[in-house]
Amino acid sequence: MDYETVVTITQTAALLFFIALFLGVVIYVFWPGNKKKFDEASRLPFEQDEPDNGNGRG
Amino acid sequence: MNSKTKAIAQNAFFDVLALIGSIAGIVIGLIFAVAGRDQVIAFHGWLFAAASALAAVYLIKQTFESGEEREDNGYFDGPVRVATIATVFWGVVGFLVGDIIAWQLAFPILNLDLPWTSFARLRPVHTSAVVFAFGGNALLATSFYVVQRTCRARLAGRWSPWFIIWGYQLFLVLAASGYVLGVTQSKEYAEPEWYVDLWLTIVWVVYLLVFLATLTRRKEPHIYVANWFYLAFIVTVAMLHLVNNAALPVSFLGAKSYVIYSGVQDAMTQWWYGHNAVGFFLTAGFLGMMYYFVPKRAERPVYSYRLSIVHFWSIIFLYIWAGPHHLHYTALPDWAQTLGMTFSIMLWMPSWGGMINGLMTLSGAWDKLRTDPVIRMLVVSVAFYGMSTFEGPLMSVKAVNSLSHYTDWTIGHVHSGALGWVGFVSFGAVYCLVPWLWGRKGLYSQRLVEWHFWISTLGILLYITSMWVSGILQGLMWRAYDSLGFLEYSFVETVEAMHPFYIIRATGGLLFVIGSLLMAWNVWCTIRGDKPVDIKDQPRIAAAPELRDSPGAAQPVAAE
Repeated sequence: MDYETVVTITQTAALLFFIALFLGVVIYVFWPGNKKKFDEASRLPFEQDEPDNGNGRG
Repeated sequence: MNSKTKAIAQNAFFDVLALIGSIAGIVIGLIFAVAGRDQVIAFHGWLFAAASALAAVYLIKQTFESGEEREDNGYFDGPVRVATIATVFWGVVGFLVGDIIAWQLAFPILNLDLPWTSFARLRPVHTSAVVFAFGGNALLATSFYVVQRTCRARLAGRWSPWFIIWGYQLFLVLAASGYVLGVTQSKEYAEPEWYVDLWLTIVWVVYLLVFLATLTRRKEPHIYVANWFYLAFIVTVAMLHLVNNAALPVSFLGAKSYVIYSGVQDAMTQWWYGHNAVGFFLTAGFLGMMYYFVPKRAERPVYSYRLSIVHFWSIIFLYIWAGPHHLHYTALPDWAQTLGMTFSIMLWMPSWGGMINGLMTLSGAWDKLRTDPVIRMLVVSVAFYGMSTFEGPLMSVKAVNSLSHYTDWTIGHVHSGALGWVGFVSFGAVYCLVPWLWGRKGLYSQRLVEWHFWISTLGILLYITSMWVSGILQGLMWRAYDSLGFLEYSFVETVEAMHPFYIIRATGGLLFVIGSLLMAWNVWCTIRGDKPVDIKDQPRIAAAPELRDSPGAAQPVAAE
């Protein structure tokens, strides 16, 4: 296999890999079942004025 | 053995471990101090030994004097307080040195003809002081504050968080004093020599471990997006630091080292590091700050949590490739230059997605911009983020870069990001944190924040507009040819043409310094517990959490 072939294969593979990864992120983000999870997460900055001391320091 | 005695035994073990560490620090420092091959490394050895000795004395004092166990149940905020004060202190120092060298450029006589005060030595003091000292402490303070609140867990470690904060200050002092004394490895934004780099590596690895350990003890199922950004910042900076600073010291007891890369590989490694210092230190970390403090101060969740996830992953994947745009028209292969340019342009999308997410968080509460100067600072910082992340990709386009590169336009661009985005988001975070951390009902004076805001904004505008004009003028003069094909201007003529703009820039910088002094005064008075002069004008959220819902509470709660 010459240099050009290796370059073509790796570049195409990397392109497809990153597009697939990005699509994966987008699907995860817009998956209807995840909406509740994200809504909860977006409220995390609020009313966290006390640590949860269930188990003390570890 | 019940759990209480077990905890005491565990703490004693950590105390002994910390003590052994500081004694080792004294020994290592003394070895460098006595056997060091040059004066600077010997001086740094003394500094290191003295800092370790202070730590040892403090540890022994703690062990023998504290009859009662330290309060271990609340959030671990002592290190956050120290880092917050350090943010303000180093901010003033960094801005001041920056303005001094700005005046030096306008009036070179201000170099004083001394090596220690020359532009070349003070410039890295300025950049390190603003980026790593001011910005770094702001990131340390806010990351430790935010990770505890959003995980509802106490910071991990007994002495490690203290070690991180004070170890980082020691790194900063070693770096800055080395620059002034002429010790540098001549890599931009990575000037400290090998032994200082090693020390930072130790501090940084402990930082990563403490952050991860705190995440693992979280009581919330989700890891809030701000923590993702902070974690990306910590991990990537560790990687960048290790790769770019790979160097061989000439002697194990001397300051001088040689970087292991050479030629174009060195240049590419350096700008892979340099641009990702912008991308992960000055962007990802501060986006973490934005994703906590903008929603918190506006008292409404981020505009779109989904967008924040897309923002995170796309910015992480794209930024790491953008470095080659610093090396257009150099020996770097053409394909690599084009790659850097392409990824820089693609960065428009996540950057603006993030900016829109930050700004739209205010949707439905825009009136707060009028009444609360702290949220105005945060929001204007996001606007500057949008502006400089528009400008950056534009400048990375080869054709534009052929005009802009090596000119003051670059300096203007960096400062619209540094003063506008990083500076303002940090100021906003500091103004939030100080009353929250010291248990005050609000800031000493909100009017002073107004003054800080407007003075600094004016300063930034003077800075960036003068540098735009100066940079484009400079670029055009450099490429002007006469009818016979000779260069139209000599270099010194272009330098002369810059003079008025340098004065405008230095004036803008002076305004920014004055603004930071107002902040220091305000923070000082708030911490001291002075009665706020305009508490009625301050929003509910300005008060410390425990004072927020009980406006009748008269006595501020003392710091721990």
